[in-house]
Parts: sequence; structure tokens; C-alpha cells
Amino acid sequence: MTTSRGRHRLGALVFLAPGLTYIVVLVLVPLALVLSFTFFQRGRFGGVIYEFTTENFARAIDPLYLGVVGTSLKIAALTTLIALALGYPTAYLIARLPRRWKTIALIAIVLPFWTNFIIRMYAWIILLNGPGLVNSGFELFGLGPYELLYNQGAIVAGLLYSYLPLMVLPLYAAIEKLDPQLREASANLGASGFTTFRRVTLPLTLPGVLTGSMFVFVPSFANFVIPEMLGGGKTLMVGNLIRNEFLKARDWPFGSTLATALVAVLVLLLLAQAWAARRA
Amino acid sequence: MFRSRFTRRLPAVATVAGLALAVAACGGGSSDSAETAPRATAEQLDPNADLTKQSINITVWDGYTPKELPEKVKEKLKVSKMNVTLHATNEEAMTKLTVGGDSGIDVAFVSGQYAQALNEQGLLEPIHAELIPNLANLYPEATQLSYDKGNKYSVPYTWGTTGICYRTDLVKAKPTSWNDLLKPPAWAEKKVTMMTTERWLALPALKALGYSVNTDKDEEIAKVKELLVQQKPKLLQYDDTTFGDKLKSGEAIMVEAWDGWCPTTDEKKNIEFVVPKEGSDLWVDTMVIMKSSKNKEAAHAFINYVLDPEIHSWAAENINYKVPNKAAMEKVQVPEGSLLGIKPAELLNGESIIDLGQASTKYTRMSAEVTAR
Amino acid sequence: MRRPRLLYIPFWATLVFLYAPIAVLVVMSFNSGDSAYTFEGFSLKWYGVLAENERVLDGLVNTLIVAAGSTVLATVLGTLLAVGLARHTRSRSLDAVALMPAVLPDLVLAIGLLMFYGLVQFTLGVTSVILAHAVFSMAFVAAVVRTRLTGADPSLEEASRDLGAGPVTTFVRVTLPQLTPGIVAGALLAFTLSLDEFVIAFFTIGNLEQTLPIVIYSMVRFGVEPQINALGTLLLLVSFTAVIIGQRMTRIGEARAQD
Repeated sequence: MTTSRGRHRLGALVFLAPGLTYIVVLVLVPLALVLSFTFFQRGRFGGVIYEFTTENFARAIDPLYLGVVGTSLKIAALTTLIALALGYPTAYLIARLPRRWKTIALIAIVLPFWTNFIIRMYAWIILLNGPGLVNSGFELFGLGPYELLYNQGAIVAGLLYSYLPLMVLPLYAAIEKLDPQLREASANLGASGFTTFRRVTLPLTLPGVLTGSMFVFVPSFANFVIPEMLGGGKTLMVGNLIRNEFLKARDWPFGSTLATALVAVLVLLLLAQAWAARRA
Repeated sequence: MFRSRFTRRLPAVATVAGLALAVAACGGGSSDSAETAPRATAEQLDPNADLTKQSINITVWDGYTPKELPEKVKEKLKVSKMNVTLHATNEEAMTKLTVGGDSGIDVAFVSGQYAQALNEQGLLEPIHAELIPNLANLYPEATQLSYDKGNKYSVPYTWGTTGICYRTDLVKAKPTSWNDLLKPPAWAEKKVTMMTTERWLALPALKALGYSVNTDKDEEIAKVKELLVQQKPKLLQYDDTTFGDKLKSGEAIMVEAWDGWCPTTDEKKNIEFVVPKEGSDLWVDTMVIMKSSKNKEAAHAFINYVLDPEIHSWAAENINYKVPNKAAMEKVQVPEGSLLGIKPAELLNGESIIDLGQASTKYTRMSAEVTAR
Repeated sequence: MRRPRLLYIPFWATLVFLYAPIAVLVVMSFNSGDSAYTFEGFSLKWYGVLAENERVLDGLVNTLIVAAGSTVLATVLGTLLAVGLARHTRSRSLDAVALMPAVLPDLVLAIGLLMFYGLVQFTLGVTSVILAHAVFSMAFVAAVVRTRLTGADPSLEEASRDLGAGPVTTFVRVTLPQLTPGIVAGALLAFTLSLDEFVIAFFTIGNLEQTLPIVIYSMVRFGVEPQINALGTLLLLVSFTAVIIGQRMTRIGEARAQD
């Protein structure tokens, strides 16, 4: 008994120690650094003064930055909702396709994801630009040109384009697992298609909905490249704020404070999500 | 339940945090002392050092130096290797140069106020003038630049000013004032761009209001913010890098631009540049030598070589940047429509942007307030 | 197997949305003119321009080195971690810790690593990016391998241990062969994630080398560059081939595991 337990301990050490050490050194220590920098101060010309201060927190609680968080929440939430509206029916349909078509449809959804992220955004610039192709299309009908690029709509389009597959895949996994007999039973009991969907399908696929929403929401919320490229620098999201503090203002302590706030907001949202998932 | 689990994990969290603080405090020692003693003493350099044992690594904007420069340098200076890395903006270069440790860079090309900030952080090697005889080629004006009087730690590579670049065929009236850009008339709405880098973002409004480009007065910066907020709905975008292309394609018809990036010599001849009547800045892109460099003699030899009229005139002839090098500019044929004709004395009317230290965060905040609207 | 017809509308909308920009990219890559918006005629000239772009080629080489290095590291660490978590502990908080790098916003991880490298004076370059990419790749590998492990039969491992084999022997002889398809899938995932990763590389790459996404970023920032279309088309082609090969390998792996 003791030898077996000892062996078990040894196994745990051999298997768990390398990975966990790696995480401690390259994730937890860097995160703790970010956290500890929130208590320091920017030197006059950049750099850091290592003296304890809580001034950064006072600076961060500011309607300006709260407003930026609000904008980011709005843009990320809108992206997630549209992704869900497009992604759910798509995943539902794919799950009902014959096996061969299923694989092809899934690859078709993921494939654009595998070109370079920046190039995908570049393609959107070409599409939405003033003289771009969408406007040329409108022109054929005597419409436009519209202002399609360099606004929040373009940012949502870019985020959606980048993260839509991350919504479809978990939804597909959840819907695929559904037992078709459940729906049949519901239909046999006289429920309409919509009632069956609302009372049976949706509740059972809710974990997939929550996972997919998280996969879309988190990277959208913290993004800085897409607002910069497609937003024309006219919209500030939390990611841009942090990036600017690090790269432009060279204010690492304040940038760290904002990054900590970003993580805090996300943790709160994840806790809310976990709570919702447990209730579902 | 949650609480007990959390308290059990607390010691681990505390340990990691404490560890990080300790690392931070140790690593911080050097940077802290740099704050109090910005200008470190010069190292003894050997004018007869064997350059074949040294290499040169530079970081520079894309297209800012001749493509064949590495081969030429290797041939002329006999260094073992010459490596060119590119940065898109001052900010990108700064992050990598200030992060700590050896960046691997010997010579960096950054704008004047960034050179000043690097020096204040104790990251630059003072320029050993005796190793750069070609400094004599510079205009006298180029040794009196306010961020670094006497070229103590930086050597100017190009200089110029900021103004309005516009399409002559698409504007209804030629711009003459910063207000033409800040309060664009109806025909220019959504067809103007401003720069994103905060000090240049503020420049047009500062000048239009008659303030110094280096003001740190809160009430003046607040006025600038008001102007920029009013302007924002009429902008196409904030743009530091592609305004030239936007003009050529007609998406923009009036943009805030550095003179060197305003494509006045485009074959269609429909683009002009104006320094607004309220005045502007004098910007300087400089070469600096990193204190961490292990090839300081080669770095000086490199700068000396760049200041050679044959090499330095390349920037004027090929990328339309004025160079602060009298001997080089005298060689250059100024083509029609080019902005190379602006004389050093005229340039000196512009005000140099300097790093304001603590007050520079006011500009960061102002720019965040404008873009967050 | 009823498929409501109404569902085809969002399905096709999704596909059009996903492929319109790609179609533009591919078509415009064969443009003979310089314009980004009007197709003037068929030509391969932008592929020629691209082939001579040393920055892109250097970036590609660096990207492949980073992807290969981080994949090896992440696959080894992630597989061990997955087995350890599934077989040697019941701690749910360790589970959460192992998954954390995958959930953490890339920007936060990037600045944390930048600060860490700065403080320990680690020279930024290809190595620092390999280490950084392995952080999140490992979490993904661990997650994929774990899914496979829950499907695997633990009684085989128990039998092996009862017959006197140590944990390492059991792992090599019994667990590993069962896990192969999962490990291959995890490694492929790690490789592709690294190939396209921008934010972390942007903060931790240093001066002397650049990865392809960073080269592309600076090209795009300096305006319309038709050779980007050519590059995008080529990358798409490579990815497509990789997907097909990956698909085949997983299927062969599965077939073998069933033997």
C-alpha cells in the first residue's frame, strides 16, 4: 500500500513538475510582476522608480478609463451576439449534415482562420475602403459611397471575422452530442418546433453557447490590433490603452495597473459565466 | 467552501508575489541609479581599434538608409558584419532599447526627443567627437538643437518640419493655416487625417492657439483637447504612416504630414506642402550609440561614414529628406516641386519638440481623452 | 435528420462573410496593376516581387524556427502535464492553473513576459519567443491530450502497474501509444497557433530578428502593398495542404489505435 502510494507520488512529480514549473516561471511570476508594478511609479523619462505608491489606482479610477472599458464591453458584447446569431444556426445545420459534408463544412469554417491574422484584416481594409470593393458594388446600383471603414462597425466586422470559428466549433460539439430522440420525443408529445428548440435543444446546448461566447468575448475585449487597423485610431479600447501606456508613454507601472484591471474585469465575467453555467 | 479553498491557496499566491517583488527590486537597482545620474562618464575608446573584430547592428526606419549600405560599410570599414533591423515607429524602437539588458543594437535611429529620453535614462554612450571628423560637415545650426546642444549624445541624420500636405486638384482653397485642418470646411470633411503620435497630434492645435509645442500648462493642453475633440467627427482617421498613400488615392485631400513623407514629387504633380502661417516644429531624426554596445569604435566609424557627403546625400536624393549636412546638400540637385530647398535658417524658425519628463504624461492623457470620445 | 430550410440563410451568410475577403485576396494577388481596388489584368508579378523580398523570407524562416521550437517544447511539457493531471492528481485547482495560459488575454501575458525578460536581463530574440509561445501552446496540447485520455481505458495502465511496471515504463509502453493521435493533433494545433501569433511575438521578439506576422504588420502599416495579397494566397494554400495532411494523419492514427 505505502509503496504504491509512494510510486504514485513519484509519478505525480515526474509528470506534473516540468509543466507546472514552466507555468510558475513563465506565467505566474510574470503575472505577479505585472501586479507588483502597479505599486511603483514611472521615472521622469520612462523607466521605473521602485518606491511603493498607490497613486496608479487613483489614476485608474477615472471616468475616462471607465468609459474606455464601457466601449470595449459594448464592442465585444456586440461581436459575441452577432457571432452567436450567425454561429448557432450554422453549427446546428452542420451537425445535421451527412458525415462527409460535415467534415467539409467544418474545414470550410476553420480554413480562413489559418491565413495570417494581419492579412485577413488587410483584406477587410481593401473591401471596406472608400474606393474599395463594397463601395464599388454599391456604386453599380447608384448608391454610396458609404463610410464603411475607420469606425466601430468596421472593428466589429474585423473581430467577428477573426473569432467566429471559435464560436461555431464549441457550438457544433454541443449540438452534435444531442440525442435526436429527445427532440423526437418532444415532437411526439405535441410540442412545436420552436417549443422543442426552446425547452429541449437550447438548454442542453447552453454550455456550448457559454464556451463559444467566452472564446469570442475575451480576445475581442482585449484586442488592440483590430481597433488600430480598422478603427482608424478613432476608437480606444482597453487593449489600445494598455499598449499605449507601454509603448508610447513608457509608463509600465500605469500600464500594469490597467492590465490588472483588464484581468479583474475578465475574471468577474468568467465567474458570472461559471455561475450561469451551473444554473443552466 | 470557496473561502477555505482560497485561504489554502493564499500562501502560494503570496510566495509568488513576494518572489516577483524581490526580483523586481533587485533588477531595479540599476535603473533607479540611472535616474539620479543620467549622464554617465565616457568610456575610453581606442581610435586605432581593430574594426575587423567588431560588427555593427543598427535599427532604423524601413527605407531610411540605402539598401546597399551594409555591403558598403563592410567594404569601407572592414567590420566583420553589418546587420540592419527595422522599426516602424520611435515607440517600437524605444521599447526594445529600454527593456533592460543588451538589446544587441549598436546604433539606433530615433527622433530627437527620444534620443533625449534614452540619454536621461543613462542608456547612451556620449559621442566621442574626435572619432567622427565628418561632424565638421554639419551645418552650424545642426549643432544647436534644443534637445541636445553641442551633439553630446546624438548626431542628426535628417531634419525637417511638419505641415499640411494636400491635393491641389481636390481642395477648393489652398490651406494656409492650421485652422484649415483643425476646422475643415464642408468640402474637406472626412477627408483629413491627423497624426497619432501624441506630441504631433497636439502640434497643430498648439500652434493655432499660439502656444509653445513644449507647453506643460494644464489650461493650454485643455484648450488643445477641446479643439481636437471638435475636429474628430470630421476626420477620416488618425494616421502616422500611410497619409501619403491616402492622398494619392484621394481618400484624403488634406493631411498633417512630415515634409519628407509628403509626396510632392509624385508624377501627377498634384500634391503640395505648406508650413502654416502660425509656425511649426523642427524635427530631427538622429543617430545614437547605445551604452550597451560592444562595438563602440565601429559605431563611431559607422556614423562618421554616414556623414560622408557621398553617403549622406543619398537620403536627400532618394527619399526627399533634408540632411543637416552642408557638404552633402551642396552636392544635391534640387528637383522641381521638392521640399529640399527649405533652408536651415528657415527650419530653425520651427520649435524642437523636447521630452517633457513627467509632464509628457499630460499629453498621453489628452490624446486618450480625444480618441476615447 | 430534418434540416430546417431557414437555417441555410445564416449558414450561407456565414460562408459568404468568411470567404468574401479571401476571394478578394486571391483574385487581387494576380493583378498586373499597382492598384489595390481595380483588377487590371492577370499577372504573377507580385509573386515575383514577394520572392525577392528578403525581409519576408527572413521572417518566414524565423517563424518556422519559432513554431518548431515551441511546438516541441509544448508537446513534451503538455503531454506530461495532461497525463499527470488525469492520472496522478485529483486537484481541480491544478487543472485551472494548467489551462490558465490558454485563457489569459495575450496582451497581458505579453507584457508580463516582456517585464520578466527585462528584469532577468534575458536577451530578446527567437529564443525568448519560443519560450513565450510554448507557454500557451502547452496549455492547448494538454487540453487536447486530456480529452483523448478520458477516452482511453485506465484499466490497461492499472494492469501494467499490477504486473510490476513503474510509472515511466507504463507511460512509455501503455499510455503513450494510446495517446498518439491526441499528441499529433495537439502538436499540429501548437504549430499553427505559433505560426500566426502576433501580440506576444510583437512584445518579446527584440531587435535583431522578426517573425513573419510582425513583418506583415509593418508592411501593412506603411500602406497598400499588393504583394501582401500574394503572400496571403500562398499562406492559404499551405494551410489548406496542412489541414488535409493533418486530417489524414489523424484518421490513420485513429485507425491504428483501433487495431
